[in-house]
Amino acid sequence: MIRLLGILIGLGFVAVAGWSLAWGVAAYISEPHEESVEHRFHQEARDIAFSFDGPFGKYDRPQLQRGFQVYKEVCASCHGLSFVAFRNLEDLGYHEEEIKAVADKWQIEVPAVDPKTGEASTRKALPADAFPSPYPNEVAARAANNNALPPDLSLITKARHGGPAYVASLLTGYRNPPTNLPADSRPGPGLHFNPWFANLNIAMPPPLRDGQVTYADGTNASVDQMAKDVSAFLAWTAEPKLENRKSAGWAVLFFLIFATILAYLAYQNIWHGGASRRVRRTGPLDPENMAKNDEAKSDAGIAG
Amino acid sequence: MSFPWAEEYRPKSGFMRWIDQRLPLPRLAYGAVGGGYPVPRNLNYFWNFGVLAGIALVIQIVTGIILAMHYVPYDQAAFRSVEHIMRDVNQGWLLRYLHANGAAFFFIVTYIHIFRGLYYGSYKAPRELVWMLGLVILLLMMATAFMGYVLPWGQMSFWASKVITGLFGAIPLIGEPVQQWLLGGYAPDQPTLNRFFSLHYLLPFVIAGVIILHIWALHIPGSSNPTGVDVKGPQDTLPFHPYYTAKDGFGLGVFLVLLAAVVFFAPNYLGHPDNYIPANPLSTPAHIVPEWYFWPFYAILRAFTVDFILPAKLWGVLAMFGSIILLFFLPWLDPSPVRSGNYRPRFRQFFWILILDILVLGWCGGLPAEEPYVMISQVATMYYFAHFLIILPILSWTERTLPLPASISESVLHGEEAEAAPADLSGIRPAAAE
Repeated sequence: MIRLLGILIGLGFVAVAGWSLAWGVAAYISEPHEESVEHRFHQEARDIAFSFDGPFGKYDRPQLQRGFQVYKEVCASCHGLSFVAFRNLEDLGYHEEEIKAVADKWQIEVPAVDPKTGEASTRKALPADAFPSPYPNEVAARAANNNALPPDLSLITKARHGGPAYVASLLTGYRNPPTNLPADSRPGPGLHFNPWFANLNIAMPPPLRDGQVTYADGTNASVDQMAKDVSAFLAWTAEPKLENRKSAGWAVLFFLIFATILAYLAYQNIWHGGASRRVRRTGPLDPENMAKNDEAKSDAGIAG
Repeated sequence: MSFPWAEEYRPKSGFMRWIDQRLPLPRLAYGAVGGGYPVPRNLNYFWNFGVLAGIALVIQIVTGIILAMHYVPYDQAAFRSVEHIMRDVNQGWLLRYLHANGAAFFFIVTYIHIFRGLYYGSYKAPRELVWMLGLVILLLMMATAFMGYVLPWGQMSFWASKVITGLFGAIPLIGEPVQQWLLGGYAPDQPTLNRFFSLHYLLPFVIAGVIILHIWALHIPGSSNPTGVDVKGPQDTLPFHPYYTAKDGFGLGVFLVLLAAVVFFAPNYLGHPDNYIPANPLSTPAHIVPEWYFWPFYAILRAFTVDFILPAKLWGVLAMFGSIILLFFLPWLDPSPVRSGNYRPRFRQFFWILILDILVLGWCGGLPAEEPYVMISQVATMYYFAHFLIILPILSWTERTLPLPASISESVLHGEEAEAAPADLSGIRPAAAE
């Protein structure tokens, strides 16, 4: 009864799914299926190698410092870093005094309350503060940016397919729209063609030009170099514990593999070792069991 | 417990005897997972996965309780509190990555555990209730995992909660009130987050309770085995401890090595980047996808695209829930007396087609709902339902099975097919050798 009912219900689901399939196939054959413009022009993140790639990768401190400089002098005017505090810069190799100075001189002040009047005011940033957002709220951010919202960058490399390589590709990806780009996909006013951006046209104007910052360590500040440096810096802001994670990972893996080998040897020893008298006593090789087996086989008419 | 030759608990010290006479908990543990539980001696490594699933649950509960000490279920603060865990809580990144990837591994081992049951006929009499309780655990796991995914309140969290509760909205008449009741409003918001947190904390303990029932029901007939032949005597079994505790110890080691490799070296590989963007009700992600372990079901949901008496969306919802509900009836849909797929050549072929089919469904479910993937998922959906509801019932009538070994100990000794005795099916159609 259950089986009959099951077969009927099964036939029902198969028929309805088949009906959907028939319509799908008909539509697939009759309607021209054009690739979307995004499909045709969108580019995957460039293959860019970073020092922190792979299971042994570590952050390159001088690169992170250069990236921080790019963020400070270029990106910070529009993009916040709200999950990162000034004190976290210690990870980049800055000293306490340097961090205090960076916070003190930061171009945007932190919202505060005037201790005398109780009115809303601002004060200079302290090392314990997160990087202050450049805009007081989303409305202000959009008003200042042609209705586009500059995203917070703390997690940007983990929030996009391709990670840091995507960020670097995007920053260096501005170009003139190709001539075969359909008219309605061409950048409108205030937009810029960038095939690495999801919908091809990005509101952010090209942020970098050669020599825009002067690196203290003498590295040539090409657009490509700055893009890589700031992407590495943003990889750090998104995953500040990456180095702890990988070094802990090796210790844990080493221990677990060792423990697993021991567990395997214990398993083999218990099943086949000298101590396993119990297996002998009740096992298939036990003479009594062998006799039973032979009896069962001769009953069944099997030779051997 | 289940067999007369099961070793009885003998306290090793006066103290344990004192305890045992007043609260026989050591006796219970000894009979359940100790030397007092006789287990077929021929279990292969696929029988490790039940224990692994139990351990995965423990990992989730331990990491989850600590995470809950730092997490804030408030829509303006949830995302920030997760980042606080990642950055400022001691080893918080490890706890969170273990919890997120631990959920994925919990599903991996559970799915292997289920497919082992499907292949070796572990759902058949007398273990129907073991199977059904296991399916209850699977449903509870799915609810728990879904609600846990909502808690970080990222973009995918928000939109997944909207899509999944929207499934209930497809039910005629009562659908919309039910959806609003689940969400605590018209759209996912603070009430949704708070109740999901509460339930996400509750359900794992419900799962633990059902696991106790699952194991209890298992211990009545005892574990199944790769031949599917019943245990006939003491020569067929070994005590669970130390034999299978040792084997499970090795399995656990391999499991932890793989989990650690992902947690420490690719912790975000199984996740979706959009969930690192804070929830924004005004911006819909380009492709809303659930976590990978739901992809096969998501593909079934989206395979129904054309109205047929009922709206297409309702068909999708019925099919998605039906794809799991039908498994409750599996013991009666497939009444073949031979349990193990090793002795069912036709069944075995269809089983591997089913595995392939579910992998294809999973692949389609992770992709955007575009052609030709929708057509592929439609074909795969048709096979899924045909397999369980049409092919298996007919197969169990018509299939000619291979001869079964006379006993477990014989199959251990002589291999399983070459010198096997004819099946003893107690009056059921005799099997013919092929």
